[in-house]
Amino acid sequence: MSDRLTVAKTYKLYIGGKFPRSESGRSYPVTDAKGTFLANAAQGSRKDARDAVTAARKAFAGWSGTTAYNRGQVLYRVAEVLEGRREQFIAEVASSEGVQAKKAQSLVDTAIDRWVWYAGWTDKIAAVLGSSNPVAGPYFSFSTPEPTGVVAVLAPQQSSLLGLISVIAPVIASGNTCVVITSQDRPLPAITLSEVLATSDVPGGVVNIITGRTAEIAPWLASHGDVNALDLTGAPESIRADLERSAAGTVKRVLRNKPSEDFTVTPDMSRLRAYLETKTVWHPMGV
Amino acid sequence: MAAPTTLPSALADAVRDESSLRRFLHGLPGVDQVGVEQRAAGLGTRSIKKASKLHAIDLAISMVDLTTLEGADTHGKVRSLAAKARRPDPERPDVPKVAAVCVYPDMVKTAADDLVGTGINVASVATAFPSGRSTMDIKLADTRFAVEQGAAEVDMVIDRGAFLSGRYGQVFEEIVKIKEACGDAHLKVILETGELVTYDNVRRASWLALLAGGDFIKTSTGKVQPAATLPVTHVMLQAVRDWKDQTGELRGVKPAGGIRTTKDAIKYLVAVHEVAGPEWLDPHLFRFGASTLLNDLLMQRRTQLDGHYSGPDYVTVD
Repeated sequence: MSDRLTVAKTYKLYIGGKFPRSESGRSYPVTDAKGTFLANAAQGSRKDARDAVTAARKAFAGWSGTTAYNRGQVLYRVAEVLEGRREQFIAEVASSEGVQAKKAQSLVDTAIDRWVWYAGWTDKIAAVLGSSNPVAGPYFSFSTPEPTGVVAVLAPQQSSLLGLISVIAPVIASGNTCVVITSQDRPLPAITLSEVLATSDVPGGVVNIITGRTAEIAPWLASHGDVNALDLTGAPESIRADLERSAAGTVKRVLRNKPSEDFTVTPDMSRLRAYLETKTVWHPMGV
Repeated sequence: MAAPTTLPSALADAVRDESSLRRFLHGLPGVDQVGVEQRAAGLGTRSIKKASKLHAIDLAISMVDLTTLEGADTHGKVRSLAAKARRPDPERPDVPKVAAVCVYPDMVKTAADDLVGTGINVASVATAFPSGRSTMDIKLADTRFAVEQGAAEVDMVIDRGAFLSGRYGQVFEEIVKIKEACGDAHLKVILETGELVTYDNVRRASWLALLAGGDFIKTSTGKVQPAATLPVTHVMLQAVRDWKDQTGELRGVKPAGGIRTTKDAIKYLVAVHEVAGPEWLDPHLFRFGASTLLNDLLMQRRTQLDGHYSGPDYVTVD
């Protein structure tokens, strides 16, 4: 038997393409499904969320300005790196969710496929959701979908990787940037995803990942004046109504999907559509 | 050489001729670089919260010299800046107005016409800003033009080339003559500390400007990196404090360039309080040369009052 001590990890946040410690200096122990210690994760605070929103806003112009085709390429590249980390993800999902290796393997494979599925959508959204509108006048009128801006995502509490990817990918595929609060008790796959994003071609700030207590940080994102949309999927039942109410104060788009959502089913376009604004242009036709 | 005011004998002696001026400036104690940087960083960690923070934000707003110094400035842009100076946050009339609007000389009239009776000064950069590379006649004409157009404050740049080659007398004469040309207008002397290299030079240039009659010493043009930094502002605040101790006169300091966030601004206010003294926490004696800072101050003010974070959608785009 080897007497080597394993290196215990203390992870950090992922904000603006960097890995800062929480401003609060706090961290919390993460355990597996049976309660065995796995690692320490940073316990983010409202100020980390604020910094993350600033980073996401800063990244928005660049990310939404890239061509849809290019965004698709960047997301495919992420899938490649995900594939390279497959074994690590399988181990983390198995320990976090307390499932057998075979089940974990299927969850990770579905997650990577899900990412590729959304990557394929980037240059098709405008064709499906845009239109040229028949109007009663000498105008050419057309509508195009545009990203709404910075999206605050409360990631599912149960599905630590497949659920996480199913909520992040549709946000960034259409050109939004996001601040994600991970699953509180199962953050490790999200932390590994941040390492994947940092080493692929996604610009810093497009995805910002904060670990910590969802109920502590979510209200600050719901009321934040510079957040344009809020995904409530991982919100604790007790604060959902409050979050929705304070999100209304700054007229955010709110996605009310239930925590019980089944992520193994191939999704429809609804998550993509949730973070889009429609721009309609009326153009005089001339002679 | 002509001393601008009646100075105590030690200082009057310093400006008698060029060699005594050099002796005086080189006789100033050297700046402890590590010490001043540590102290600046230490004061920067002070935590200012709640009511004190709100007070600091309002004070900082009232100290802003709202600045636009771009080649692309238009009369329209200056007018919208003047409107913002009068009422920084139109939804909240209780926000104080800023101290001044700072523009190029040809824009002074536009700004002055819009600010009549508001108590907001128009400041103009002059003397071949930002490089200061021109003849004395042109610099004087530039200054007179700005004042005629209605500038109540003139921001001049010193000849860094002359200063760095040790021609202190020439720099001194220039400031004295520009001060004369200013008439009643306040004179701010821009040292461009980013080009002075050492803290010792900053201290010498500060004293030189004070001796020559500058009402304010200002760190930078904003066109050179690094612009204002906390340690440099410390050294300059020490100079005005020492000036007051020796002459009884109050002179101002204006950091400019690179101060973009409320957090930074509050660090400067702490430094003003601790290094110069609470008397300097006044728009007549301390200013921020800034453009983007004002929006951040307004957002933080909203955050404090509304209880949630605000965003750039709630302030004007400029």
